[in-house]
Amino acid sequence: MNEPLHIFDRPNSYIGRSVPRPDARRLLEGRGKFVDDLQLPRMLHAAFLRSAHSHARIDGFDLDAARAMPGVVAIYTGKDFADHVTPYVGTLTHLAGLRSAPQMPMAMDVARWQGEPIAMVVAQSRAEAEDAVAMIDADLHPLDAACDTESALDADTPVIHEAFGSNLAWERLVEAGDVDAVFSRNDVTVIKRTFRFGRHTGVTLEPRASVVEYDPSENRLTYWYSGQAPHMMQAILAKHLDLPEENVRVVAHDVGGSFGIKIHTYGDDIATAVAAKLLKRPVKFVADRHESFVSDIHARDHVVTGRIAVTADGTIEALDFDDLTGIGPYSMYPRTSAIECNQVLNLTGAPYKLRNYRARGRVVFQNKNLMCQYRAVGHPIAMAVADGLVDEAAAAIGVDPAEIRRRNLVPDDTYPCVSASGMKFDDLSHEKTLDRLISEMRYDDLRADQATCREKGVYRGIGLVSMVEVANPSPMFYGIGGAPISAQDGATVRLDAGGALHVSSSITEQGQGTNTILAQIAAEVFGVDMDRVKVTTGDTDNVPYGGGTWASRGAGIGGEAMLLASKALKDQVLDVAGILLQSESESLDIRSGSVVDADSGAERISLRDLARTVYYRGNELPSDVKPELIATRHYRVTDFPFVFTNSAMAAHVEVDVESGFVRVLHFWAVEDCGRVINPQLVDEQIRGGVVQGIGGALYEECVYSEDGQLLNATMADYLVPMAGEMPDISVFHVETPTKTSVLGAKGAGEAGTGGAPAAVMNAVNDALRPLGASIFQMPMSPERILKALGKV
Amino acid sequence: MTQTQTISLTINGEAVTATVPVRSNLVDFLRNDLGLTGSHVGCEHGVCGACTLEVDGAMIRGCLMLAVQADGATVTTVEGLADSPRGQALRDAFHRRNALQCGYCTPGMLASALEYVEAGRPADRAAIREHISGNYCRCTGYQAVVDAICDLIGQGAKA
Amino acid sequence: MKAPDFVYVRPGSIAEALALLADTDADATPLAGGQSLMPMMNFRVAAPGKLVDLNGLAELRGLRVENGMVRIGAMTRYAELLASDDIRENIPLFGLALPHVAHAAIRNRGTIGGSVALADPAAEIPALLLVLEAEIHMQGLAGTRAIAAEDFFLGLYETALQEGEIVTEIVVPARKTTEQFGFYEFARRHGDYAMAGVALKVGGPDHCRIGFFGVADRAIRATRAEVAYRDGGVPAAMAALDDLPFDGDLNAAAKTKRHLAGIALKRAFEGIS
Repeated sequence: MNEPLHIFDRPNSYIGRSVPRPDARRLLEGRGKFVDDLQLPRMLHAAFLRSAHSHARIDGFDLDAARAMPGVVAIYTGKDFADHVTPYVGTLTHLAGLRSAPQMPMAMDVARWQGEPIAMVVAQSRAEAEDAVAMIDADLHPLDAACDTESALDADTPVIHEAFGSNLAWERLVEAGDVDAVFSRNDVTVIKRTFRFGRHTGVTLEPRASVVEYDPSENRLTYWYSGQAPHMMQAILAKHLDLPEENVRVVAHDVGGSFGIKIHTYGDDIATAVAAKLLKRPVKFVADRHESFVSDIHARDHVVTGRIAVTADGTIEALDFDDLTGIGPYSMYPRTSAIECNQVLNLTGAPYKLRNYRARGRVVFQNKNLMCQYRAVGHPIAMAVADGLVDEAAAAIGVDPAEIRRRNLVPDDTYPCVSASGMKFDDLSHEKTLDRLISEMRYDDLRADQATCREKGVYRGIGLVSMVEVANPSPMFYGIGGAPISAQDGATVRLDAGGALHVSSSITEQGQGTNTILAQIAAEVFGVDMDRVKVTTGDTDNVPYGGGTWASRGAGIGGEAMLLASKALKDQVLDVAGILLQSESESLDIRSGSVVDADSGAERISLRDLARTVYYRGNELPSDVKPELIATRHYRVTDFPFVFTNSAMAAHVEVDVESGFVRVLHFWAVEDCGRVINPQLVDEQIRGGVVQGIGGALYEECVYSEDGQLLNATMADYLVPMAGEMPDISVFHVETPTKTSVLGAKGAGEAGTGGAPAAVMNAVNDALRPLGASIFQMPMSPERILKALGKV
Repeated sequence: MTQTQTISLTINGEAVTATVPVRSNLVDFLRNDLGLTGSHVGCEHGVCGACTLEVDGAMIRGCLMLAVQADGATVTTVEGLADSPRGQALRDAFHRRNALQCGYCTPGMLASALEYVEAGRPADRAAIREHISGNYCRCTGYQAVVDAICDLIGQGAKA
Repeated sequence: MKAPDFVYVRPGSIAEALALLADTDADATPLAGGQSLMPMMNFRVAAPGKLVDLNGLAELRGLRVENGMVRIGAMTRYAELLASDDIRENIPLFGLALPHVAHAAIRNRGTIGGSVALADPAAEIPALLLVLEAEIHMQGLAGTRAIAAEDFFLGLYETALQEGEIVTEIVVPARKTTEQFGFYEFARRHGDYAMAGVALKVGGPDHCRIGFFGVADRAIRATRAEVAYRDGGVPAAMAALDDLPFDGDLNAAAKTKRHLAGIALKRAFEGIS
């Protein structure tokens, strides 16, 4: 093989290696810097009164008793902010027809969900603020509420925003081929099922938190927050608090989990900023766990009725479904709450050769907490509907689930291609990942074990999913629709006088290892040891402009920018070195902190000496040489709206058919996220994601009463996955780098969460099939399984 | 007026005397009054485990014990562990296995893991999972944590 | 989510504690392990005016075996029960059940007396005490008294404790060599409150005691099932549960609880030791 030397084929190589995260040490020693750790001089604490009703007219407040409470500095109600913040509306122009009503940080005239902030107390301590909140007498007049998704559009359901005339927020129809013609053929088997996906929420262990400081002498607002998109928040705060954008600094130090929860505009956070500005003192707001449940965005809450048509040999001829989703009383600002439904319409069945496709989506308002983008937006629904129908069809025609996938997956050698819903795909590997999965999981052995177990009355099931994951979005995702959300990211790489690199990036770290992979990329591409790379992220004053970390975009977009900047700086340094050493710069290289002779590897000058010469003894350089030991590059995806990844996953479960309890025995994921920068970090993204997906499949649900009260807003009652019930998860990789970048990395953050629910549901149904039972409602609780079995 | 009491206790080897609101729980006192922000607050109702720390040799929930109840007690937080050799091998194993992502559950997870390892319990994955089942981690999916604890016990190393 | 303010007192003797609790104007509440009361205070569901902390009372700690009875101080913590050789030998049912009580850090702090006094319908301890024919000892300013566990748990968080009384001791007959014990519970996740659970004491083919938890408004003995067991074994016992006052909750409707109670009972019998 005589391939050209790739940028990664270099001596001190880090890309592709499981380098431990340097910043993990800090966290292991209790030296994290989370927002609630911050204590500023004269800092005050906020607490909110939230609507106890899902829908209520606000007739007024008696605040006298609350004002008299110890420690109270200020009390605000919604109307007090009318002149200090401008309303926001969660719509985007490219989501044609999407409508939502203006929102203020706290409800002014009508509260539209249980948990919506309606008044705010700022006091010397959080405890005192809560004491005063308890003394506020709010005159709320309950209104009829529209809580149920499936009846939201009925004529006799109350309309939440009267001006709209109905509770419809958005609808879209995607059609390709001739679906009706296929379903009327008599040579196809048609399977129709209704899938229900419960509401769940992110439950970041660190709740949302912000500390806001306003300095009137400079008209400058500093916003420390636990979040994923500092520059987006900068633009939003500047716009709605009427501040010059450059006077708003947003800082995100350590973030205790986010998963999409911390990427939206929350009224209580904005109110905290307004209060800090009005009071000219720092104000801290940390959501408590109850507030998190009633105000962090929720996700899913879909009802999908779908049908699939297959021929006798297992060829999928058509897919047709209707998705109905409830988003709460508003579309969330600024990303909107139509994206999840849009993803469902775009992605369902995407791994399969499919020409006849019809997908209808309707997004409705309801008097429940807002729904918006949470890890794997839309994917769990899309994958469970498609692969659920595929498995049901396979069973109906007597074809093995692995085999029906082989017959229908888009072949690996047919890219680029366009899906029925119009998605452009390239560099995917559905066949390779499925083959690897079947082999690694010993599929045939598991089938044999399944048969043996059934004879003993033990019901085990195997569930597969083949999936695509949206990653590395281009400006077509948000920016095109008018959102202040950057699809491009920047990286700056600077050589310091000591010979170390200081790098900064606009992507952010929430524990996934962003800072580590940035250091890996810079160290390798530039040519220094990794411990000589210092990384700065999460500070709008100190990093290049960019989008942050979400939609599995950090490594692919931010990583590519870092690669480009590191390569640029390397070229710049070698130019200087060439002059200092009177050599052709092309004959030189940088390795392990020194400029070396590229052929022999012999050291010519250390980076430290080079930098010190440039910085301290510029007199030694010719006067026309103006060295730049800093480089900045930006990167965005241009060729595609999204760079997709794919994976194949499998769940092995045992259903206790007497009790309805499901135990996940093992889980396998074969992931193709393109170039793997750090295998350990990717594996851990997949594992954590899978467990969140198992949570959605088996445990997690925001349970509401009919009148819109969240009934399980505690961690004892909302069931997140804990260690005792979770399986070990085997992760494997197929690497098909994307051709859209030099780095070749796609995203890996969401696949597990997107695919696991489908795999687990299919496995449960595989286990139940000999008993004639099936379940298409998540979470698949013991009671629901017992109902499916006809036992209760 | 908020009721207060004066307490004296030993925290990470240091004698501390402080006047605290009686309603303040131990973890709020450590974090807000003493700046020991390594212990985290995740739910304030004893379920998530983020505030798990050691009082008089037992791992407890810092949100379900009042600061005044710690009068006379010996308290060790994640900062105290980090300043001593105790737990070093465990921290190394967590680091190697990437048994933490965001790090918010980590102080509590380390406390529970340390209790397991120091009790001389075996490298039994199910038993380890059961023991840490009161520590919520949203990031890792738990496997790396189990791996790290198993590694350490398997090496026969002291935590 | 911060607890409302209160007066905190840490008495040095039972007598002092009782005097403090007798002050009804102060809305005084005893604080045992705090693993249930403190969450309720943090949620502001409970707002006692005065907390009387029993943790300083050595008189309420520890356990001893005496005349065939195990006497357990009310402030004895779950972890101490689990670590005790006396308990292992004399109350093997505790060894089967207590690992299911929450998690290690909660067991390090939570107390048996606290669980008894709270009477959570889904907690294990009350059902265990019903089955073990335990006696609950209480003390108030009027004196001491003892009540069979069966007469102590009256309803949802409702017990025979009078205003101003505290639980001082739980007295459990030591196991007889002929006795066997069973335990089974369905919980969504390890350590969660049970969806349905059962404890068993089997004295022989014609004698057993069955106590359910997590299925009704309190821990409850299944006396008809006990009789049915004598006559028709486990299947008969499983079929004789319909008269229990099953209550639904977020995880399971009453009908589901009825179903799971039967399965739990079967499995508890299968696992007796």
